Amino acid sequence: MNEKYLPLVATIAVFSALFITGGLLYNNFLSTLVLGDILADNAFIITAAIGTTFVILSGGIDLSIGSMIGFVGVVMANLDLHGWHPLASGAMMLAFGLGFGALQGLIIDFCDIQPFIVTLAGLFLLRGSCFMINLDSVPIQHKFVAWFAGLSIPLPGDGELRSSAIVMLVSLAAAIIIAHFTRFGANIYAIGGDRTSAALMGVPMRRTTIAIYALGGFYSALGGVIYALYTSSGYPLAGTGNELTAIASVVLGGTVLTGGVGMVAGTLFGGMILGLIATLINFNGSLNGAWIMISGGVLLFLFIVMQRSLLSSFKLRSAG
Amino acid sequence: MTPGSNVETKPAALRPRASVEAATAGLPPRLSGLQGLARHRAIWPLLALALILAVDGLISPGFFNIRIVDGRLFGNLIDILYRATPTAVVALGMAVVIGTKGIDLSVGSVIAIVGAVITWRIHSGDPHFVVLLFALGVGVLCGLWNGFLVATLDIQPIIATLILMVSGRGIGLMINLLYGGTNPSFTSPLLQGLSVGHIGLVPTRLILGGAIFGALWLLIRRTALGLFLESVGGNSAAADLAGINARLIKYAAYLICGFCAAWAGVILAADTHTSDPVSIGLYIELDAILAVVIGGGSLSGGRIYLGMTILGALVIQTLTTSILTSGLPPEYNLVVKAFVVIVVLLLQSANLRAALSRGFGAGKR
Repeated sequence: MNEKYLPLVATIAVFSALFITGGLLYNNFLSTLVLGDILADNAFIITAAIGTTFVILSGGIDLSIGSMIGFVGVVMANLDLHGWHPLASGAMMLAFGLGFGALQGLIIDFCDIQPFIVTLAGLFLLRGSCFMINLDSVPIQHKFVAWFAGLSIPLPGDGELRSSAIVMLVSLAAAIIIAHFTRFGANIYAIGGDRTSAALMGVPMRRTTIAIYALGGFYSALGGVIYALYTSSGYPLAGTGNELTAIASVVLGGTVLTGGVGMVAGTLFGGMILGLIATLINFNGSLNGAWIMISGGVLLFLFIVMQRSLLSSFKLRSAG
Repeated sequence: MTPGSNVETKPAALRPRASVEAATAGLPPRLSGLQGLARHRAIWPLLALALILAVDGLISPGFFNIRIVDGRLFGNLIDILYRATPTAVVALGMAVVIGTKGIDLSVGSVIAIVGAVITWRIHSGDPHFVVLLFALGVGVLCGLWNGFLVATLDIQPIIATLILMVSGRGIGLMINLLYGGTNPSFTSPLLQGLSVGHIGLVPTRLILGGAIFGALWLLIRRTALGLFLESVGGNSAAADLAGINARLIKYAAYLICGFCAAWAGVILAADTHTSDPVSIGLYIELDAILAVVIGGGSLSGGRIYLGMTILGALVIQTLTTSILTSGLPPEYNLVVKAFVVIVVLLLQSANLRAALSRGFGAGKR
């Protein structure tokens, strides 16, 4: 088997193992109903994480995701008060995400500043803008939101694929095409693998860097639109800390933070593993807030160790 | 020649140029025709600090007044130093970890655990000196855990320390639940003396912060440890081949960071008299990392600037205090902070400076 698929296979194996464990522990866990819920509940974070995958593949990082999700929701909700159609305000926010990401990319490349810090400033800027626009939670009351929420494709069993999950899967398909079947995608991997060689081989560094962060901004804005429609509200604290969840999803999906190695499809399973962990804790029901935090950390640790041992055993077998 | 003297034999003139190289991470060195003064790494953060203070002086005329009330110093400048101390102490440890090409996201959680442990041990009646040892021990233990994940298990630092960051505040809450009470309070003359007390005219925590800085500076610049830390950050594999135990050095870095976070935890918990794991030291990891970077430290490792890190922490706190005293609504705090951070970083960017001095568009590579 091609070595580049190993992390993806390891992630899917761990996801299946966790899912089956849940099935053994609780009745009715092993169903398309639970699977559909996990997909729908985590669609916004997985969508944002897809954009982050590109950024991380290029060896960068984007911390502005969580604030972008909050900002998009706040703007959409406040435009809804002025009678905007959610599709119009959503489209505007997607364009904003693209532009904001491009600006971050430009600063990172032109000024040679570390992505961590530029996007940290982006985090402060967008979250601060949320507070400046409105400190309260504002509902989005347009009829379109209810129609969108009701949209779904039935799955075999009792489950259904809800609208937010559909949007997420479509954007994932687009991301896979961008990453693996375009010259731009190849450039991302080249930059992530070795910046200097990529530059020497003629990869257009500035254009590619700007496009990578623009793509990251676009996907996190799309995540924000999904979140605003899914919760039908805009809240200035929405998405706080989601940048770390998104980065964790990407890394759990087998993408290496130093760049150049990983697959976009892995992020789907990485995000679903985090969703599955939250669902497992919810199914238990007796755990208080402190335990949810601790078990989140413990499971993250166990998962990383499991993924590592799976990977090394694969490597040993292919070597022997 | 002792290993320690090695550090000092480095030609001083090489340093600023090397820092530019570290910041541009692998790009070919650029020739820059800038003045020697502008090339010194301290100039841009100092300029930023001076600029913010100048604006303060214009907005509120009495800003720089320092007076003596109840036998201690009072005034905005003292207040800035006072409030910057916890962040600066955390940032010192962060600078060491970042110097080894690592990062520690868990410092806020370590502070939460330390606060919870202090309150717990005081409630069980331990002598307060022992409680202090417990608190520092917990910080060291957290550092060892992070070191174990990064050095022994070889997990990427950002993910490895994310584990403790996610679960640490939960551990703090669990410790609180051990003896009941959601946010138990405590009083301790020793710990509160360290945090909010004063020796003579000077607040104790400034002396404490200064002592930690001095001890760390001696450790990093007067022993071989600093050289080892920076060489592991520069190239871990090469350092290993050169006979440095890279694994042990990484352990040391995270241990120092945990120890510094524990001191910040002592100061912050004694300041509020309570153990409040959910909100104590929230986002302090971001401020600490920011302080290191404003001070010219590169996240790609290889350099530790302790004094510059303190300067970075002061820039951040001066900014926060300025926004509060200038009468802007607190909602504007984050946006203004974002803009100032961007401006400080743009000033530090050699590429932008070169482009500005040569005319726009000439900075292309």
